[in-house]
Amino acid sequence: MSVSVPLLAVENLQIRVGADGPLAVDDFSFTMAPGEIVALVGESGSGKTMAARAAIGLLPAPMNVCGGRITFQGEPLDTGNAKAMRGVRGARIGMVFQEPMVSLNPALTIGRQMSEALKLHTELDAATIRQRCSDMLQRIGIKDAEKCLASYPHQFSGGMRQRIMLASVMLLRPALLIADEPTTALDCLAQLDVIELMLELTREQGTAILFISHDLSLVARYAHKVVVMRAGKAVEQGRIEDILFAPKADYTRQLLEALPRRGVLVPLPAADSPLLQVQDVCIEHPGPRSFWGRSVPKRVVHSVNLSIAPGETLALVGGSGSGKTTLGRAVVGLVTPCAGAILFQGVDILKAANRAHRLQCQMIFQDPYSSLDPRMTVGQIIAEPLRHEPGLTAAQKRQRVTDTLLDVGLPEPFRERFAHQLSGGQRQRVAIGRALVRRPKLVIADEPISALDMTIQKQILELFERLQRQYGFACLFISHDLSAVERIAHRVAVMNQGEVVEMGPRERIFDTPQHPYTRRLLAAASPLEKRADGSYRLRASVI
Amino acid sequence: MFRFILHRLGMAVPTLLLISVIVFALIRLIPGDPALLMLGDMADPQSLADMRSSLGLDHSVLTQYLIWIKSVLSGDLGVSISSRQPVLELLVERFSVSATVVLVAVLLATLLAVPVGLLAAWKQNSAMDLGLVATATLLLSVPSFWLGLLLLYVFGIQLGWLPVIGYVGFASDPMKAVTYVVLPIITLTLVEFGAIARMARASTIEVLRLEYIAHARAKGLSEGAVLWNHALRNAFAPTWTLIGLILGNLLGGIAVLETVFTLPGIGRLMVDAIFSRDYPVLQGCLLLITCIYVLVNLLVDLVYPLFDPRVKL
Amino acid sequence: MNLKTPALPSGLDTQPRRSWRYPPLNALIGGSLLAVLVLLALLGVVWTPYDPLKLDLLARLHAPSAVHWLGTDEFGRDVFSRLIIGARTSLWISLLSVSVAVICGTVIGMLAGYLRGWTDRVLMMLNDALLAFPGILMALGIMAIVGASQYGIVLALGIAYTPSVVRVVRGSVLSLRELEFIEASRVIGNSELYTMFRHITPNCLAPLCVLATSMFGWALLSESALSFLGLGVPPPAATWGSMLSASRTYISTAPWLGIFPGIFISLTLLAINLFGDALRDRLDPRMRK
Repeated sequence: MSVSVPLLAVENLQIRVGADGPLAVDDFSFTMAPGEIVALVGESGSGKTMAARAAIGLLPAPMNVCGGRITFQGEPLDTGNAKAMRGVRGARIGMVFQEPMVSLNPALTIGRQMSEALKLHTELDAATIRQRCSDMLQRIGIKDAEKCLASYPHQFSGGMRQRIMLASVMLLRPALLIADEPTTALDCLAQLDVIELMLELTREQGTAILFISHDLSLVARYAHKVVVMRAGKAVEQGRIEDILFAPKADYTRQLLEALPRRGVLVPLPAADSPLLQVQDVCIEHPGPRSFWGRSVPKRVVHSVNLSIAPGETLALVGGSGSGKTTLGRAVVGLVTPCAGAILFQGVDILKAANRAHRLQCQMIFQDPYSSLDPRMTVGQIIAEPLRHEPGLTAAQKRQRVTDTLLDVGLPEPFRERFAHQLSGGQRQRVAIGRALVRRPKLVIADEPISALDMTIQKQILELFERLQRQYGFACLFISHDLSAVERIAHRVAVMNQGEVVEMGPRERIFDTPQHPYTRRLLAAASPLEKRADGSYRLRASVI
Repeated sequence: MFRFILHRLGMAVPTLLLISVIVFALIRLIPGDPALLMLGDMADPQSLADMRSSLGLDHSVLTQYLIWIKSVLSGDLGVSISSRQPVLELLVERFSVSATVVLVAVLLATLLAVPVGLLAAWKQNSAMDLGLVATATLLLSVPSFWLGLLLLYVFGIQLGWLPVIGYVGFASDPMKAVTYVVLPIITLTLVEFGAIARMARASTIEVLRLEYIAHARAKGLSEGAVLWNHALRNAFAPTWTLIGLILGNLLGGIAVLETVFTLPGIGRLMVDAIFSRDYPVLQGCLLLITCIYVLVNLLVDLVYPLFDPRVKL
Repeated sequence: MNLKTPALPSGLDTQPRRSWRYPPLNALIGGSLLAVLVLLALLGVVWTPYDPLKLDLLARLHAPSAVHWLGTDEFGRDVFSRLIIGARTSLWISLLSVSVAVICGTVIGMLAGYLRGWTDRVLMMLNDALLAFPGILMALGIMAIVGASQYGIVLALGIAYTPSVVRVVRGSVLSLRELEFIEASRVIGNSELYTMFRHITPNCLAPLCVLATSMFGWALLSESALSFLGLGVPPPAATWGSMLSASRTYISTAPWLGIFPGIFISLTLLAINLFGDALRDRLDPRMRK
């Protein structure tokens, strides 16, 4: 794939915030050949998004290019010249964004949005344009293309919208496609779909892809070349095999280390009876409300049975809509099952009288940005559950909060801080502290690490393991990503559409999955594994 | 689509019912003999007795209410004490004057304010934008009756271009009628321009931050096309709500402008009715204005799906 | 109309931190104007240049001069002094009515938003019915019963504005309920009541403050309008609206009688609007990140 004229050449790019602010991107260089797939990998704040947006001239207002050169197809790109850039955008460089929920205009039909770019850049007439859009929709697997063209974005799911957006961008056959974290907001199965589609379409037309991601293992499967960025600088770049085989930079090694791996599990105490038993639980969501009352309720959990032993971690895994989160919420009492029983230490915690037992089950929520009260300090948040702990004096409560803060790795000054002053990882630590301050016997963790960066995810998982060893609580770990649970789950239960399709010890599930859905989930999980000599390679099952 | 309309209409009915109860209660709460209130101090004993029985004053309150509702629905709103005119007739006559002024003014204000707001949002923080925000805020802060007075002083008295008091209906002399409504319309337009322009600007700024705008730009669309095709539709929704609110408020607030310009509109009718204790008229005005308000809200809601397809049809 | 604004994609959050050392321009102008007016009103409690109620028929309709800064009215009363005590009346009435509306509205809005179910439906139906009475109309209606007096106006305006507060508070509560920290409070074991007070109420304050500021402006305008129509506080009390109304007769001979009260009203409203804008910008949660 070596040609003399690179498709895109970025030389010594510098992007500054405002006139005299800090540098978001510093002395950044890389090249792309036609048809090549290059991945820009880095965590938040690394500048990867800014560098890519500079190539298409869409830097947000305070940012501006203050140094360096960008050359596209042999000609320099003058990103300041709006008119010149408009000719390039869409027709020669296309861009796909991150949030499928908001990247399509909710007020215009799909057809209108898809045909807009074609109308702008080509001389085709309306009928041909419509035909092309329709063909492309069928190409991406939409059966009733005409109906789709007349529909609005809100009628489709997130994964579908991303595919439609891809389709509309590829309609113009650009030479370069910039994909800015296109799958981050989707669950792992939808992620795979979208990426495979992207590869298919680009392969057909020889389009190069500049793939921006924070997930090294995701791009490892597809990229030819990887550029690792940190704090605005390129830390390491090269062919993917070289980087995986022998990572040179420390940071790259750190990123690779952050990938979850099977480790030694927390030892289980001897127990004769299970801590939690879920027996034939069914949960329904009330149907949409109309003027005449509610319509037929929708069943989201069908007759689920599972049990958790004291000190054990049971991972509940499944795609979106599988019912796993709903089940977890039922155990802590946020949702009431319509049938079945949930027994904690033999006591039915669905009954209001057994509240004391139910309070032994605590929860860590998914979104670190909305699970903490913005008006309370960290100390107040962690101290609040102690209201229900009888027999503790004020001094003892203060001490307990101090101990918990230490446990989760937040030193004393954090006590007086507010949630908006903390990073995502720090907030999640506070959430963990709040769940553990009363030393519950069971903790439900609802996707606690999905919203965090890779290295932070590793830290939080390590913290979790350490705390489990220390306090011996059982855990119901809910996740859509199998690789995250590989590290800490004793047993794994896989859910699909409200039912448990497979359940068993970690080794069995990961090494010899039985159910097709489990296999699909595994296929979407991290494909990298560490070899004995310290290098990484793609798992055999994937290649 | 029809289900949506039916549903909204269905929701409006209980509101209308409640409104009728409130108006009924309001009038009954006024201290004094209801029959005397309805007929005025000059009524003779025989008419008073007749009125008492027709109002059903010797029956329970519920019966009184039902009697009252029945007459309202059949168009009998009583007779004005001061002018001896049937209330319904009076209401229609006066309302048409107010409605003309309000509708024309709000339409003009919208047509001017929305494009200006869009432009200001596009060139945010430029000199033009800041100038617009300052002007709009200023216009917003000036009370309509004072602005009316000032304009009247300048154009009516000093320059003598337009008449100062009086009114001529459109039916009798269209050309002259226009001169009487020009100033009130201009005043109202100026005052509402400020509020609408600010809202249009604010919601456009909001929308321009969203990702689908970046996506549209990434397709290569010019800024103008992005603004017009993508931003406007989404930004207009909050502005449309504001327009609905403004129309609703003006139904009551028009009284002050009508007083300044001596227009025979419904606001002035109501104020006069309060002063002259003309309770049948007062009651009629309350009923009419509130029902129109509910209607306006309904219409605003029905138009919504045009801008935001996410609203369940 | 739920245009949920998403968080900006990673990397775009690096907006330069605004320096809060200098408050923005509109807060400065608005705040200082308001401060001047309030001080003037407070001053008027103890001292005015002339006695605002004293008739001086020898000094009727004098144009503004060094003696009477803003002129005199048809009874020879000093316009400036009357404007000062008018300030006191208007500001006081507006403050009281907004307080009434905020207190009643918050309680009702909270109950409706948090309890939902039938309580919510009934309260909202009542609320919508009341909202159908445009502010001034409601005030007019209530005044027809209660009669024109200072407290009558406060009651009337308070009731007229309560439905708007209910709507905003209920909306706030509804969106807060969906946030995870409210659920977390229940999981910890807190009762519904405690959650409502400890978690929901403090987080409703921001939109409530913004609304209260706007309402203060509406109340002022409504009070002036009612006075203008002759339905405000009865004479000989001086209110800006009644002064404007009285000036109409003398519009050609003594225009200053109509100009100055209007200027005062406009300046006050301008100050409130500017300050309210600055407050809204400051309290907007998106700006805080």
